Amino acid sequence: MNETHHLRRMTIIWIVLSVAADLLFWFLVGPHVPPGRMTDMATSNQFDFNVLFVIAIPVLIGVWIYLAYAIAVWSAKRGGPEPVGGEAARTNRTVQVAWITITSVVVIFLAGFGTVELVVNHGSGGGEGPNPVWSPSGAIKAETAALAGTGTWSPNSNQVLPVQVIAQQWKFTYRYPTFGGFETSQLVLPVHTTIAFNVTSLDVIHSFWAYQLSVKADANPQINDVAYTTTNQTGRFTVRCSELCGIWHGSMYNYGSVVSQQQFMQWAQSTEAANAANTKFLPPFAWTYVPDANGAAGGYYPDGSATPYSTAEIYGAKQPAS
Amino acid sequence: MTERPLATTGEASTTSRTPWTQRPGWMSQHLGTAIIGGVLGYLFGHWLGNAISSNYAYIVNSGQNATADALALIFGVVGWLLGIGALNYPLAKLAGRQPEKEVELDHWSKYFRYSTNHKTVGLQYVVGVLLFMFTGGLLAMAIRTELLNPTTHYFSADTYIKIVSEHGTIMMMMATSIVVGPLGNYLVPLMIGSRRMAFPRIEAFSFWIFVAGYMVIFSALPYGGFPTGWTGYAPLQTQAGPGMVSYLFGFAVIGMGMMAAGFNIAVTIINYRAPGMTWSRLPIFVWSILATAALLTLATPTLFAAGLFGLLDKTAQTAFYVTEHGGSSYLWENLFWFFGHPEVYIMALPGFGIVGEILPVFTRKPLFAYKVGAAGMIGVSLLSFFVWQHHLFQSGINPDMRPLFMLTTELISIPTGFIYLVGMGTLYKAKIRFEIPMLFAMALYFNFLIGGVTGVFLSDVPVNVTVHGGFFVLSHFHYTIMGGLLFAFMAGLYYWLPKMTGRMMNKKIGLWHFWTMFIFFNLTFFPMFIIGLLGQPRRVFTYAKNLQGLNDFSSVSAFLLGFSFLIFFFNLVWSLYINPQKAPANPWESLGLEWQTANPVPPYNFERIPVILTDPYHYSEASAPAVADLGGGDELIPAVSSHDGSGVA
Ligand code: HEM
Ligand SMILES: [Cu+2]
Repeated sequence: MNETHHLRRMTIIWIVLSVAADLLFWFLVGPHVPPGRMTDMATSNQFDFNVLFVIAIPVLIGVWIYLAYAIAVWSAKRGGPEPVGGEAARTNRTVQVAWITITSVVVIFLAGFGTVELVVNHGSGGGEGPNPVWSPSGAIKAETAALAGTGTWSPNSNQVLPVQVIAQQWKFTYRYPTFGGFETSQLVLPVHTTIAFNVTSLDVIHSFWAYQLSVKADANPQINDVAYTTTNQTGRFTVRCSELCGIWHGSMYNYGSVVSQQQFMQWAQSTEAANAANTKFLPPFAWTYVPDANGAAGGYYPDGSATPYSTAEIYGAKQPAS
Repeated sequence: MTERPLATTGEASTTSRTPWTQRPGWMSQHLGTAIIGGVLGYLFGHWLGNAISSNYAYIVNSGQNATADALALIFGVVGWLLGIGALNYPLAKLAGRQPEKEVELDHWSKYFRYSTNHKTVGLQYVVGVLLFMFTGGLLAMAIRTELLNPTTHYFSADTYIKIVSEHGTIMMMMATSIVVGPLGNYLVPLMIGSRRMAFPRIEAFSFWIFVAGYMVIFSALPYGGFPTGWTGYAPLQTQAGPGMVSYLFGFAVIGMGMMAAGFNIAVTIINYRAPGMTWSRLPIFVWSILATAALLTLATPTLFAAGLFGLLDKTAQTAFYVTEHGGSSYLWENLFWFFGHPEVYIMALPGFGIVGEILPVFTRKPLFAYKVGAAGMIGVSLLSFFVWQHHLFQSGINPDMRPLFMLTTELISIPTGFIYLVGMGTLYKAKIRFEIPMLFAMALYFNFLIGGVTGVFLSDVPVNVTVHGGFFVLSHFHYTIMGGLLFAFMAGLYYWLPKMTGRMMNKKIGLWHFWTMFIFFNLTFFPMFIIGLLGQPRRVFTYAKNLQGLNDFSSVSAFLLGFSFLIFFFNLVWSLYINPQKAPANPWESLGLEWQTANPVPPYNFERIPVILTDPYHYSEASAPAVADLGGGDELIPAVSSHDGSGVA
């Protein structure tokens, strides 16, 4: 067989299999790829995954066919190695140039595509640190108001809802600054609303992973890590800690739900009222909190003793400025 | 001024008598004295620590004191090095005496001594990394046992996380040296036509400190383990118990070995090439080891410093990583991954080199696009310093830099792709002989492809939101490290053990080993991609009920994968001891210079320094030119005299 024959055969097999696999994947598997379509971010991240997969399939199949072909057709006859000379042994410059060009183009396209998707989707649900540059409209305003204690949210108002996620060993709690800053272990969100998660930790590093919402943001002590998502469907979702945080990391999960805007409003107002007695003992709403010695910060007590100290005793009634 | 006597090289040193420290028998320095030194040092350090800082206990009056634990390990390692004799030379120099020269014993006990012969060190490393791997493998079996069931637990949550951490750390430490140690040390001088390494004492040091590192990281288990995974994130690190000290100091110790080994090998390759061994004739394996050595030397200091800061945080109560006291938990993440990403290429490049070396031999073709391959390795090693924050996409660290790190990460797949270009091109219209090394080499191309492609998924920030920190990542890096490096290592062992030991590995057992390892590796780790996509985070002892089927499938495959390693160990014992078959001088009919040396390799490798005449990949020529003039005479004997059956020259 001559060279063109080999190449033509492999190319035909490759194209047919790749196109078939791509179509099957895109239409049959693609719509079910995690994390689903519960939020805008989930939908676009699923799209990104599928685009990558459609590009990956021809690459995988190409190499596999080539290997299989090599094994089947280019094996040695028994009885000692024979040198392979002639044209087959020459290093073909065109092939090298083509290979380098094609891989470079694909790779640079992918980086560009990923960047556009990241920016257009306001960080794609990932943690964007304390000062996100790609925030959805209205988010900064809502966050500023939340910190000042003047934030509001009402159904059909199209406002961004700030929610604070506080991680600690080994649970998540949530504060709703627009509803008096109450803290609860339930995560309830309104549908068709952009949520600004403000994620922080009281002790070690955790990671807030709302799987179906396609949100993942590390919870670092004394850092506010912001992540956005826009809810599209009602339903339950899973929250898991996705950064190792000690012994019970594995059981650091709970469930949240996305409900209609009216239901959310009802839930928020009734929880605010029910929790009012507790809320007044909480520290004022802030982006981060420094636990005192009675907290879970890991046993470093400024006075050097191992007994938890009282802040009031050391600093007087006034807390130190932080 | 008195004239200093010129240091004689070993060859001419017949006049000096064997110093007592190196005689055969008990009354000398060997593994036994190293252990005694280690234990004494440990006890002394522990006493000292308690004497100077007994009030810094983890828990009041618990008697557990981080300073004592750290000093115990530090003095333990120093005692170990004194015991084995690693410090004889520098200490004598410091004291102004003429140090005794090391002589190579011709006795089996040389493997238990401070040997400055690179071939002895290579074989010592073979045993060392296999021991490491076996330990890590047992822990992997324990992990997969726990994950058999989401609700029935075989270990406590505490024990489980410590098993995972220990498995990961042991494997990562082992993998830094798995190729550079055994094959790099043994083969590089032979391949470049050198009689020795540039710094034989540093080489011996790198091995013995590697063993010390193994014991230090192993000591985490009796200390109660550490809960942070191999990444050791602070503040969890700061919060953890005494096992954490073993982790932090363990990485520092292993790090010293990595820097020493990398430095020594880089200098050797650059300065000890035989005449005629130009850069364009350098075997591709040597290129890969050079690229790796560069990473070892340049990236490891960061790890060393990071570990030291952590130790200080735990012992001297500094606050490098304690946010409340002005430190930063981001600092550890940055330092760790600034080392950690080059580290993952330390665990990939040598594998590429091995397959690049093996492919031409079994295809009887020149290596395709040799220059592109070498450039690819250099490219990967350079770029690997610019991608570390892709491990931190969701951490909130430098969020505006994410596009940059996404770009650099994806750019790395271009030079990595060169390795595929080399491989695919070499296979083209070849005459492939499916010997065991070739099977393992081809398996690397299969496995690493999956590892590499999923790496592109991980580097895409939007997709990373779902797959970061889950079983998808886990599967991805096992595909690259185990599917890539470990398969390449096996290829290398089957290929070069006949040179190193003079014995052929049994082919039938080898086939069993290969097929079980290949099949069960894929069956173990492929389902983990799906498990990860379906939402299972890493390092958890429990998971969603609906994932049990996939987890069980993976666990059972993992046990069978573990079994394939037993087949390998059996093959080693069988082929080396029970039923040894003498290896022909050049069993694979390779043109490589390492195969042209006498068998067994004489202490000084080459009778005369060879003169390199060409690159070792002229497989397409029926009567291939010899790669080197070994100085035996003026007649140049072709190494492979075509296929007329006469075989080896
Ligand atoms: C028999 C072979 C192996 C099996 C079955 C296996 C299995 C596993 C499993 C199940 C985990 C994850 C536990 C978890 O995160 O929930 C794990 C973690 C890990 N493995 Fe392996 N493994 C094997 C070999 C290796 C090898 C050869 C290496 C590297 C050279 C390696 C490196 C690691 C690392 C670095 C981790 C991460 C530990 C951490 O999370 O800190 N493993 N392995
Ligand atoms: Cu957590």
